[in-house]
Amino acid sequence: MTKKRALCLCPPLSREVVLSLAAGDEVEITGTIFTARDAAHKRFDALLAAGRKLPVDLRGQILYYTGPTPSHADTGRFSAGPTTSSRMDAYTPRLIAATGLAGMIGKGNRSAAATDAMIRRHAVYFAAAGGLGALLGACVKAARVVCYKDLGPEAVYALSVENFPATVAIDSRGNNLYVSGPARYASL
Amino acid sequence: MKTIPFKKIVNSVRDLCLAAAFDLPPGTARSLRAAVRKESSPRGRRMLGRILDNARVARAQRVPICQDTGVAVFYVDLGGEVRVSGGTLADAINEGTGRGYAEGFLRPSMVSDPLFARKNTFTNTPAVIHVSCVRGTTLSITLAPKGGGSENMTRLFMLKPSDGEAGVIDAAVQTVVMAGGNPCPPVIVGVGIGGTAEAAVLLSKKALVRPVGRHHPHKRYAALEKSILAKVNKSGVGPGGLGGSVTALGVAIEALPCHIATLPVAVSLSCHAARHASVTL
Repeated sequence: MTKKRALCLCPPLSREVVLSLAAGDEVEITGTIFTARDAAHKRFDALLAAGRKLPVDLRGQILYYTGPTPSHADTGRFSAGPTTSSRMDAYTPRLIAATGLAGMIGKGNRSAAATDAMIRRHAVYFAAAGGLGALLGACVKAARVVCYKDLGPEAVYALSVENFPATVAIDSRGNNLYVSGPARYASL
Repeated sequence: MKTIPFKKIVNSVRDLCLAAAFDLPPGTARSLRAAVRKESSPRGRRMLGRILDNARVARAQRVPICQDTGVAVFYVDLGGEVRVSGGTLADAINEGTGRGYAEGFLRPSMVSDPLFARKNTFTNTPAVIHVSCVRGTTLSITLAPKGGGSENMTRLFMLKPSDGEAGVIDAAVQTVVMAGGNPCPPVIVGVGIGGTAEAAVLLSKKALVRPVGRHHPHKRYAALEKSILAKVNKSGVGPGGLGGSVTALGVAIEALPCHIATLPVAVSLSCHAARHASVTL
């Protein structure tokens, strides 16, 4: 089987684009994406619970669950692969509902509640290849801290990415490659 | 009696941090190349190929294989005839870890308080250090950085002795299947059997530093490793958890004597990088 051409995505994503994506699609993302993992999600959630706005407008945007390594002083190189998404599940329904977040990049399956929120609010979940931090970091052309600098690797960064490869793992209808993929190859 | 200066340990530990972060162990690379041939999913084959590309980029450009450069877990064999001059062994290991992570631009991933403050220490210390007292005049240090994604999938099963071999197989397979894509499959499965609850967990994690593909010297344990591997690879989890026929690269079992009433079984998973580095002083 030859590799299907990857779809090019440039955030912010329109509702039409989100609805057109199907589990199993290969995509390449070019443009700005935002990082947030455990500690930043906790702060986001506290702001939303208090009825306040986030320091970054996430409408139509893609959040990348990653905590990059520091960039090398001489080469500027760093590693930035995905972290386990299910740790963010507790915060995801409120975050999607309150901000209009359109996409998330991480690794591993999501909870039923997070998936329901994606279906109701038209969001999509992308899987990036876990453990490929050096290659994925090379797709990041620039990085700047947006907020929460005190969190170090857990700060929120705006990353300018070029041809960042990912797979649609859960689409906005709830089709889930983490379920259908293993089922197809299981022979137990 | 052999005296090893504090500074020498610090420098060696610093070098181990860099080697483990940048250089995929040769056994792991061989096993990944073999996995490309075995994998039946096209997406899985592409991912395995990219894992090998990632390792080449990491080695050549001295950039971490994975951004999660882990908790620094050390296994130390301390010879009875060895003494450290100028400070304690633990201080030397922690100082070397701090230097290695800073100089290599590795990610500081430790928070000081686990529950309340969760404030990054920014040095990746304290390291986790396990010391075994052995005979002789050498000090051997192995660093196996452990990422959070795979660490969170660790499980302990306090089986009944009557559960036997089938219980061990079930425990290992269940752990890998439930972990899905979280621990970055294809994984290496470490199984610790016997001891006590805490000894079994440590044993299962230490098993992960055995070179991928090398089997237990005891025939029955080696056979058990092979049957667990075969079963895990029929689960369909596959590379990245997105489906395929290579879910694990290897299974390593270690066993210890245990109480007449118990059969502790712990399962630790390593991501496909199976990072570790060793030095003998």
